[in-house]
Amino acid sequence: MALNAFDYAAPQSVDEAVSLLQKGNGKVGILAGGTDILPQLKENRRKIDLLLDIKKLPEANVLSFDASNGLRIGSAVSCSTTYNHPDVRTRYPALVDCSSLIGSVQIQNRATLGGNLCNASPAGDSPPAVIVLGGVCEVIGPNGQREIAAEDFFTAPGRNAMEAGEFLLAVRFPAPVAHSGAFFLRFIPRNEMDIAVANAAVSLVLDGNTITSARVAIGAVAPTPLLVAEAGAALVGQTISDETIEKACVATRAAAKPISDMRGTIEQRVHLTGVLTKRAIQGAIERAKES
Amino acid sequence: MAKKVHITTTVNGEETEFLCEPRQTLLEVLRDDLDLTGTKEGCSNGNCGACSVLLNGQVVDSCLVMAVEMEGQEVTTIEGVASADGLHPLQQKFLEHAALQCGICTPGFIMAAKALLEAEPNPTEERIRLYLAGNLCRCTGYDKIVRAVQDAASVMSKA
Repeated sequence: MALNAFDYAAPQSVDEAVSLLQKGNGKVGILAGGTDILPQLKENRRKIDLLLDIKKLPEANVLSFDASNGLRIGSAVSCSTTYNHPDVRTRYPALVDCSSLIGSVQIQNRATLGGNLCNASPAGDSPPAVIVLGGVCEVIGPNGQREIAAEDFFTAPGRNAMEAGEFLLAVRFPAPVAHSGAFFLRFIPRNEMDIAVANAAVSLVLDGNTITSARVAIGAVAPTPLLVAEAGAALVGQTISDETIEKACVATRAAAKPISDMRGTIEQRVHLTGVLTKRAIQGAIERAKES
Repeated sequence: MAKKVHITTTVNGEETEFLCEPRQTLLEVLRDDLDLTGTKEGCSNGNCGACSVLLNGQVVDSCLVMAVEMEGQEVTTIEGVASADGLHPLQQKFLEHAALQCGICTPGFIMAAKALLEAEPNPTEERIRLYLAGNLCRCTGYDKIVRAVQDAASVMSKA
């Protein structure tokens, strides 16, 4: 399957990348892992004059953790590099949950967390986890760098909040506090290699059996992944109980506005949203107790 | 047409040079320019794994890698798996277990299984099935492939 002709550039500095992107006048495709843009180009869903490879940018290849600044994942870092990193495995298991579900091993060796965010699929595996972990997208463009909270990054199916001429350099996460835990899961009708019918992520902080802080996000049930503030509010200040968890599930079911399609019906997706919310809360509680 | 780019890379342990257009995938250059036709084209969109190769030791779909990205990289294809002494244990066990019928998916399976066994010498059956989920076979029903990989793993860990 042959692609239409385009030029290729792999700049080594962010300034050069920004300038090439600006000169390209909307006809530039950013290449990180390539697992979304290359199929889009092959299917003629996008047309570009320049493929701009960001894998030579040092800033896009960072994967580092420290207790004061938290975790930074450059937008060219592959999913497998991410989920094999010792700090990600021990401190951010919800990122392991989602990045190890994106496609096959072949895909995970190329695809990046940043690319998964930029692709902005409503059913993407990483957005709910990145949202509940307080992820911040570091975006660079002709007017310099700016930050977009992950929950504000997704604007419509396939659309993100970046302006023309901007690209994602890295995603940053705060260091986890004591007795916190986060969990992501999805429902697919098979064991692997599928697109979510529904998904959910939860992060929370415990003080004994009391939930002192909580964030709940759901995906594949609305035009964008959603942070459901009402679900978090239903948990905060409460003692862990089935009733408390059910209140959060009621809130996510109410927030879910899915469509019926080949993957599932509206009724199934709303139901699954409740089930997945409950399991994500339980998973996050287990991890918070272990941390 | 975009200008052709000169790339120097290592393919199956040998320094290799080629000229490519920026729009060419690694798969196209391997098959059409380097005559390494053991790597197969299946879906060409990253679902089937028929075009699996090792890139710097990691298994990737060569249909989703651009040839122009290969400067200074190391690529291993199915042609680089056997040694002068004979077949790789995975190749031998695929034959012994009849883990192929039409054979189109086989090079991809061997490359993915090689990456698995190099990282994890004794994987469980479940792990093998999960790791090979990115390789589709429409003939065998997978059982013979999984048994061939298990057998190869036990031979390799004894060696």
